[in-house]
Amino acid sequence: MPNYRMHLLVCGGTGCHATKSNVLINELKRVLSEKGLEDEIQVVETGCFGFCEKGPIVKVYPDNVFYIEVQPDDSLEIIEEHIIKGRKLERLLFVEPSLNQKLEEQLDMPFYKKQLRVALKNCGFIDPEDIDEYISTEGYHALGKVLTSMTPDAVIEEIKISGLRGRGGGGFPTGLKWEFTKKSSADQKYIVCNADEGDPGAFMDRSILEGDPHIVLEAMAIAGFAVGASKGYIYIRAEYPLAIQRLSIAIEQARNYGLLGNDIMGTGFDFDVEVDLGAGAFVCGEETALIKSIEGNRGEPLTKPPFPAQSGVWGKPTCVNNVETFANIPAIINKGGHWFKKIGTEKSPGTKVFALAGKINNVGLVEVPMGTTMRDIVFDIGGGIRHGKQFKAVQTGGPSGGCIPYSQIDIPVDYDSLVSIGSMMGSGGLIVLDEDDCMVNIAKFYMEFIIDESCGKCTPCRVGTKRLHEILTKITEGKATEECINHLVELSDTIKDTSLCGLGQTAPNPVLSTISYFLDEYKAHVIDKHCPAGVCEALLSYTVVSENCIGCTACLRACPVNCIKGAPKEIHKIVQSDCIKCGACYDICRFEAIMKK
Amino acid sequence: MYNKGLSQSNFDALGDYIASLPEKKGALMPVLHKAQNLFGYLPKEVQLFICERLDVPTSKIYGVISFYSFFTMKQRGQYVINICMGTACFVRKADDVVKEFEKKLGIKVGETSKNMMYSLEALRCVGACGLAPVVMVNDKIYGHVEKKDVKKILAEQSN
Repeated sequence: MPNYRMHLLVCGGTGCHATKSNVLINELKRVLSEKGLEDEIQVVETGCFGFCEKGPIVKVYPDNVFYIEVQPDDSLEIIEEHIIKGRKLERLLFVEPSLNQKLEEQLDMPFYKKQLRVALKNCGFIDPEDIDEYISTEGYHALGKVLTSMTPDAVIEEIKISGLRGRGGGGFPTGLKWEFTKKSSADQKYIVCNADEGDPGAFMDRSILEGDPHIVLEAMAIAGFAVGASKGYIYIRAEYPLAIQRLSIAIEQARNYGLLGNDIMGTGFDFDVEVDLGAGAFVCGEETALIKSIEGNRGEPLTKPPFPAQSGVWGKPTCVNNVETFANIPAIINKGGHWFKKIGTEKSPGTKVFALAGKINNVGLVEVPMGTTMRDIVFDIGGGIRHGKQFKAVQTGGPSGGCIPYSQIDIPVDYDSLVSIGSMMGSGGLIVLDEDDCMVNIAKFYMEFIIDESCGKCTPCRVGTKRLHEILTKITEGKATEECINHLVELSDTIKDTSLCGLGQTAPNPVLSTISYFLDEYKAHVIDKHCPAGVCEALLSYTVVSENCIGCTACLRACPVNCIKGAPKEIHKIVQSDCIKCGACYDICRFEAIMKK
Repeated sequence: MYNKGLSQSNFDALGDYIASLPEKKGALMPVLHKAQNLFGYLPKEVQLFICERLDVPTSKIYGVISFYSFFTMKQRGQYVINICMGTACFVRKADDVVKEFEKKLGIKVGETSKNMMYSLEALRCVGACGLAPVVMVNDKIYGHVEKKDVKKILAEQSN
């Protein structure tokens, strides 16, 4: 094996693949071999660096220089300048907008400075398709330690000491879950990895599976040893083809190395893993629905108890944990539960991975200690709001969560604080909203999602969310009265109280939290028939801004109902009574002379 | 890759796949994935075939297919245009992109053009939120799509 002096780490996550990082990798390799450097410099396709907005990313290791938005055509210049001449390529460096300064090293970037990587430690560092690279970062060391020097009870005790809570959203203590499963006696038990990341705007689990699949396999085997299970299922969304492919490669390699299968490391412990594909049903993220789906049924949730720890897959005791939860396990075993407990807050130890998205400058994946404030996440790490707009809210927890307004932005992010202000951690999607987003419309968006995804088993969720959506639609169309807001609250409370599963019980959260923090906006819609954000089309009017209009007639020709009057070089006028609010004039005007309000 | 028709060779391939399964218990979902991969969709003929080979009632097969949005019983166009309607894409104006595709193709979301060229669909998050709004045409991902890019994306397919 050649002894490389330098490595070019290229992001091979779904985001960067879409911006042709695979073409870039081939081009880098081609140029390197042309220059005769292929035995000196290695190109590594890694998992996600997290800085998805600026992909494809190339990191030069060990220099730690971070290049953004690298195109295949840049390969020659990177190699000639940086690799051969040792000069950094200025034009591809990241410019920190707040400092207006080019930053050379990854750790100088505010995006990375406040992060602490436990679950993501290998993402963007190792080649996920090479088990040797995983092993070289202490990979499978924890499994070896568990199998050769610990009892199942000691493993569970260590996890309990760590205080690790389920990262899928519920926040249930992982150690307890393992203990319950261990205590159920049966001839066969199962470990399930929940990789059905259905929350729109969340991509933490996908990135872990794409960037470091072995960490999940190792943790599942540890869990199997602790609870007494010999078989694991990974239930993953079919929409994640790259993660599925990398997992399959990882499983194959682990089997070949004797790290999965029979008699692992010669200790007599058997454990193997099977990948099962979901098929696009959000409710399957709920553990009982997921189990029904693994068995080949419609994914409808069941009443609990019995809990999966007593009766899960095929009626056998089953322990279901989320991808990110598993990704924390090897570090806890290697460094000890007490080490983990010191990170984060008392009741929510450890770190949490968030997917930052929406109207924020640095869209991407971040991992921070629990208890970091939302302000730090949005403004320091996330780089603030795009295009200098005003922050309005952060939506957490997806369709089950709620909004955090500016007044609550200094809240420390952990399970209990978020619940106390009417939101929830959820799986970790953070969608940032700005002044141009209408909160009623956001609530309506989530209700549409829930209507699509409700499994239909319980009436409150199946019918109730439809009624919520109808009322919200009426509000956005200016046809509602103040009474409608009360109806929303009343119906929401009923749905929460009477639904069977987590999906139904949390479905009204986006409505309730927008009402509690943005009641003014709801009132503006129902009383003044006005949408303050300028989103709800039925409540908008288009007018010509006389100062900007040059009389080019572009809007006049674009109007499908001929409601714009005027002549060349004359200021135009929109006849409001005839306007159908299609926005064609607004779209075509190049002089910002049409105002939408 | 989406339309391969109900040819005998596809039925043979599906039959071989089912026969190769070590266990039929719980195999329905993988079999449906395989079948949709082969045929592009899951019409009645395919459901009946699976029913016989897997010994599962067609009512159950129909129930499972209709439950999961990934499975489709309708034949789709040569190019399946999927517009991500996850939250991140939604707040970056993915609905404008949807409207533009609907206008240009003359079909609504969930429909297929008469000449079987295009199907228009909305999906919930591909997890590439950094590229929002995202459009997928078959397996190809387009990022940061604006209304004005729609024409270009369509032109690329017909070339």
